[in-house]
Amino acid sequence: METFQFNFGPWSNQSKLGSKNPIIVGVVGSGNLEVLVEEVDLKGRTQFSLETSIDGFEQTWQAVLSDFAEQKRFANTLITINDGGATPAVVQLRLAQAAQQWKETP
Amino acid sequence: MERNTMRLENISGLYESSARERISLILDTASFQEILPPSRRISSPHLKTLGMPIAFDDGIVIGEGLLEGGKVFCAAQEPGFMGGSVGEVHGAKLTGLLERAAIEKPAAVILILDTGGVRLHEANAGLIAISEIQRALFKARSMGVVVIAISAGSNGIYGGIGIVARCCDYVLITEQGRLSVSGPEVIESQKGVEEFDARDKALVWRTMGGKHRYLQNEAQAYTKDSIENIRATIAAYFGKPVPLSLEELLRQHKSLGQRLEKFRDCTDALDIWAKMGIQNPDQIPGLDDESFIAIANRVRDHD
Amino acid sequence: MNLLLPLQIELEIMINANSACEQLFPLGFNLMSSGDMVYGEAETHQGIVALLGTINSAPIGVDLAFALAGKVLEIIQNHPQMPIIILVDTQGQNLSRRDELLGNAGYLAHLSMCFELARMRGHKLISIVYKEAVSGGYLALGMIADRSFALESAQIRVMALSAMSRIMQIPLERLEELCASSPIFGPGANNYVVLGALDGVLTNDLASPIEQALSQSEQLDRRAKLGLERGGRTLAFEVINSVINTHV
Repeated sequence: METFQFNFGPWSNQSKLGSKNPIIVGVVGSGNLEVLVEEVDLKGRTQFSLETSIDGFEQTWQAVLSDFAEQKRFANTLITINDGGATPAVVQLRLAQAAQQWKETP
Repeated sequence: MERNTMRLENISGLYESSARERISLILDTASFQEILPPSRRISSPHLKTLGMPIAFDDGIVIGEGLLEGGKVFCAAQEPGFMGGSVGEVHGAKLTGLLERAAIEKPAAVILILDTGGVRLHEANAGLIAISEIQRALFKARSMGVVVIAISAGSNGIYGGIGIVARCCDYVLITEQGRLSVSGPEVIESQKGVEEFDARDKALVWRTMGGKHRYLQNEAQAYTKDSIENIRATIAAYFGKPVPLSLEELLRQHKSLGQRLEKFRDCTDALDIWAKMGIQNPDQIPGLDDESFIAIANRVRDHD
Repeated sequence: MNLLLPLQIELEIMINANSACEQLFPLGFNLMSSGDMVYGEAETHQGIVALLGTINSAPIGVDLAFALAGKVLEIIQNHPQMPIIILVDTQGQNLSRRDELLGNAGYLAHLSMCFELARMRGHKLISIVYKEAVSGGYLALGMIADRSFALESAQIRVMALSAMSRIMQIPLERLEELCASSPIFGPGANNYVVLGALDGVLTNDLASPIEQALSQSEQLDRRAKLGLERGGRTLAFEVINSVINTHV
């Protein structure tokens, strides 16, 4: 098991910190992952905190997550991942689903 | 509480859905309020010791909501996480929900179960958890709360949870659903392939699957795996708890005794179905739900 | 007794239902058997108690579960509020096609419900694992009790460690290692005490703890609380209470 934390931003598009409800997508199974998204005061940053059962892919995670972070620019957003060995494609899919729902969450 | 804002238009039944999707589908729109949601991060300490990934809800979603306007409690096991199996936290969430139901007395507690039973990674703690679930279930039932177990998922309901499911007021099952104590693989590995060929899917379903369980009254309701049908069946049970009384248990004892008498020498479900008066038992597995239900309702014992 | 016999064999000869009862009920008992089921009565300082249980490491299938349930119903009908001592020696649910075909889940559930009815009607339930207790068999037959005990030598388990290792795909050595540091895996009775499932392990004096249990009345399930107090399960009690008390 490996644990990582990545920080991106801060982004300038910060709106007032409201009380956005957390959302979760995905399931922690073999080749799958769950993504929890929460609004947290991070001074405008996007933070990822993740645990993965497959060791040795820090750089891949860094690449995939920084892409996502740069694209979405979610300020004050903590994204926590429990990974059961998903491929980058599946990770990106879940993140996209999470982003979609996060945007729709009041 | 996490809001469930999922896209559910493309899902017509329970079989392929996740635990969260199942709850969203079964309960009235946007009525579900989760208890101990993932953001609380209450997960398994034991999985960490074994270097296994955790889930923030430990593989079970619990909470309150509405079904056709009636207040219900609902739990759904996530089939994709550790086979829906029961560990310390997972079990405690279910026990807590049933204890809470004994106090708040909702119209029903709906248990969407999809599990292999005890989570081996938590072994003894998992077994004890299942016994605690059972005690809490009895407590809720003794207060008149209707508890309904649903078997519609890919893992089936196995192990100690199979026993727990049969301790509920009602079991609702679909064709895909299964309900048993010992799994086919365990029987085969301990007793040999002659005793049970776990790869023979037809045998597995004849022995443990929805249609057989409905015919022999291990399950009290059988429906097509359609959300509409399942919701209607659940709602029809509101206000109809099965009493935990001497009279009721004597009645069930008589019924179970008759089952042993009648089918004592049967080695396959086909024999049982023939003895029940079904003309072409071998056709049962291939029948669509509607045709099956028509035949079943003619031959099975009505409680 | 030949003192030169290896301890294991000595124990195996000793630990059977009758010899267990001799130590449990010094005031007297009678025990009859019917297949793998045993039943009878015993004399205690609290009065006569019913005995019911299994022998020969019984696999519990539909027939045995049904017979046991029948006995419980008999006790309920004929002996109001008589305490029931459950003597447990089982290898678990019967692994057989026939028992699954006939619906063993239903029979084991029925047995559980008969015990629950007995409890609701004022029968104290005390279970004692005197030899072996496994999984679904123990669930329906022993874990349902108000008070649960085991002899020091009793083996209580979910599954054999070797089978677990195969299914979990974790090396047996690793699981054996974990047995030493955690009560979660191993089959010893003490593990079940630490996890809160057993009220105690019976060692030299078997009779007194039973007399004490008979003199108390406890219908609540205290196991999660005990698991926390003893350190075996640090989360169960808190999670249960958290769920009960959450404002939605």
